[in-house]
Amino acid sequence: MKTQFKERKINIESEEGTEKFANFLAENAEPGDVIGLIGDLGTGKTAIAKYIAKALGVTETVSSPTFNIVKEYRSGRMPLYHFDVYRLPDGESLLDIGGDEYFEAGGLCVIEWADIVLSVLPEDTILIKLEYTDKEGERIITIC
Amino acid sequence: MLNGKHITLGIETSCDETAVGIVADGREMLANVISSQIDIHTEFGGVVPEIASRRHLENINSVIDMALDEAGITIDEVDLIGVTYGPGLVGALLIGVAAAKAISFAKDIPLVGVNHMHGHIAANYIEHPELEPPFMGLVVSGGHTNIINVKSYNTCEKLGSTRDDAAGEAFDKVARVIGLGYPGGPKVDKAAKNGDKDAVVFKRVYLEQGSYDFSFSGLKTAALNYINTERQAGRDINVNDVAAGFQEAIVEVLVDKAVGAALEFDQKRIVMAGGVASNSRLRELISERAGEHGIEICAPSPVLCTDNGVMIACSAYYAYQAGERSGLDLDADPSLEF
Repeated sequence: MKTQFKERKINIESEEGTEKFANFLAENAEPGDVIGLIGDLGTGKTAIAKYIAKALGVTETVSSPTFNIVKEYRSGRMPLYHFDVYRLPDGESLLDIGGDEYFEAGGLCVIEWADIVLSVLPEDTILIKLEYTDKEGERIITIC
Repeated sequence: MLNGKHITLGIETSCDETAVGIVADGREMLANVISSQIDIHTEFGGVVPEIASRRHLENINSVIDMALDEAGITIDEVDLIGVTYGPGLVGALLIGVAAAKAISFAKDIPLVGVNHMHGHIAANYIEHPELEPPFMGLVVSGGHTNIINVKSYNTCEKLGSTRDDAAGEAFDKVARVIGLGYPGGPKVDKAAKNGDKDAVVFKRVYLEQGSYDFSFSGLKTAALNYINTERQAGRDINVNDVAAGFQEAIVEVLVDKAVGAALEFDQKRIVMAGGVASNSRLRELISERAGEHGIEICAPSPVLCTDNGVMIACSAYYAYQAGERSGLDLDADPSLEF
């Protein structure tokens, strides 16, 4: 990443806000970056991944990778490896499927449910936590 | 060859299952071995998905041997090897592809790479010996939701697919939200039978006019919102009603689009495949709606709905008959399209 994040919180109130945030991540992404998304079902992890893909210029439909664990997209300005480790029990099992090879494959890795595999993620992984607020549609995003 | 019949061995390792099937003359099932159904005494009770490529590697040789035993043949009687080369998880696919290439090379048996999705459709050729293309295909599983215009054994056109979550995935996730657990599909199906499908109504998502694509991720959020609202208001949640309402919202859209596609492309038959094709409400509603238009419905039995090697063997057989051959340079393609 070209930008160094200090821990901070952002409030997002709408789908447009999510897109803007994802655009910012995509614009600053460099090959080899790993972004981990942490948040409960329905907090918008896949939405962020889809907007990152769009901002990278990916033309294919970015559908949920839950079943396949990882989907690869090569039509953007750098390869996008979109992970969803929801079905994995722990970090070790990500290594079992060769997950770590993607970290050095010269693309951007976006990992949903990153908290499950935290132990095997690169040290400089950008972790993004998504949380609900009391207002419907509003999210708090914490970058650390 | 066995008693003058052509023997195909099919290998499937695209995701969780290590599976090998053997067919005679393309359609007669001689063996169907699926790892999750044999490893029932493992420490996990056989329900944890066999995701790791390592597991495929541990399983593959014994699953092949068991299939040969079940069919009562030796590897020398096999005339063709079929193997799934995509779409799927790359590490998992590679195990099957490598095993298939090794056997093909060592025993000089022709090899054909199979698209996993074509395989799902081919499961129906096993179950329904009289079935022939053309027809409209509806493939619904944990990883896929597709409407496919099947023009011949080897020519398919994808008309639509999911833009976010697959139908089976939506079942799994909502089952978790309402506390039904895994596997979500069968659990929701069962709970829904004791619920009122009109008690909790979820929005049907049809996308643009004329589109055969699907979107199910909104349903997950809608179910979450419903449950949070009810909890905050201190009301009890009727899990069976939520399951029934949610299931209806998925099934109705699947049925409307599949029947719509059959009518638009003038197909007299809709052929279902994939794990969700076992859903009882889906089978009921699609039979009813299709019946109104004189459209016939086909679906495989549950064991052939989910991932298996028999469907890959069948698909390979028809590709081979059409002259298709794969070389030893066959590679896994995790993002393989239709």
